[in-house]
Amino acid sequence: MMRGFLPIIIFIGLGIALAISLTKDPRRLEAALIDQPFPEFSLSSLDGPDAILTEQTVKGQISVVNVFGSWCVTCNVEHPILMDITKDESIRLVGLNWRDGREKARDWLDKRGDPYDVIVFDPDSELAIPLGVSGAPETFVTDETGRIRYKHSGAISFEDWEKTFLPLLKKLEAE
Amino acid sequence: MRAFLLIFFFWAMPAMAQVAGPAASADPVLEDRAREIAQSLRCVVCQNQSIDESDAPLAQDMRKLVRSRLEAGDSNEDVINFMRDKYGDYVLLKPPVQTNTYLLWAVPFLLLLGGLVWFLRVGRRPS
Repeated sequence: MMRGFLPIIIFIGLGIALAISLTKDPRRLEAALIDQPFPEFSLSSLDGPDAILTEQTVKGQISVVNVFGSWCVTCNVEHPILMDITKDESIRLVGLNWRDGREKARDWLDKRGDPYDVIVFDPDSELAIPLGVSGAPETFVTDETGRIRYKHSGAISFEDWEKTFLPLLKKLEAE
Repeated sequence: MRAFLLIFFFWAMPAMAQVAGPAASADPVLEDRAREIAQSLRCVVCQNQSIDESDAPLAQDMRKLVRSRLEAGDSNEDVINFMRDKYGDYVLLKPPVQTNTYLLWAVPFLLLLGGLVWFLRVGRRPS
């Protein structure tokens, strides 16, 4: 009696397991760096090849770090949202210009507006790899001590901003 | 005609994959280690290729980083652990044997065992 049902039971089990894994996006990596200090780095600023930026850039102040590039299509989608959220002067938005050229990036920002307080220029993934970046846009939130507290992959929507980022920023301020 | 077509279709030579990316390290021993590490790390943007095989820009930069860390005196394990700290277990092409992967590693053997049991039981039954 049981024997006849065995293949069906196995089939249903497999079906459920596969259905669950379909809802997971394998490209969305686990954020291995949560609660870790922001990696040390020494890179120039997008606008000044001589201006060296280090991990101090994200210390002493809660910061939102956004990975972008002029080649990145989704960054186009996200850009108006970044422009909008930085109308609030208290938000510190740090740009990480990833695998891009200085001029291309500057052109891109001149056309669309520059929402960033400071932009780190990283053409060879020297900071992107230690940050575990796998695509753009990606956005990190760091606390005052420069620890990474949150990572968002893909474009930020207004909903993400209001439901996830703002409450987190408030919570970090209260700490 | 058929012969012609056959020749035509098989004329194309296989496109050999080139070892992509910036020049290899000058030190052959170090280069071998770099290749070995690169073969064990997953290219996180192309899923099932190692960074050694992949032409993706991020894979090229990861190879560069592997070499520069080796040049700076890191051991193979240091480099792999560095990548693992940043990208999680996902970056390892071969899943490590640990609590959340025991099942994964055990399943093939369990299936083999189950199959053997089934085979012996069914095989022994008189038809």
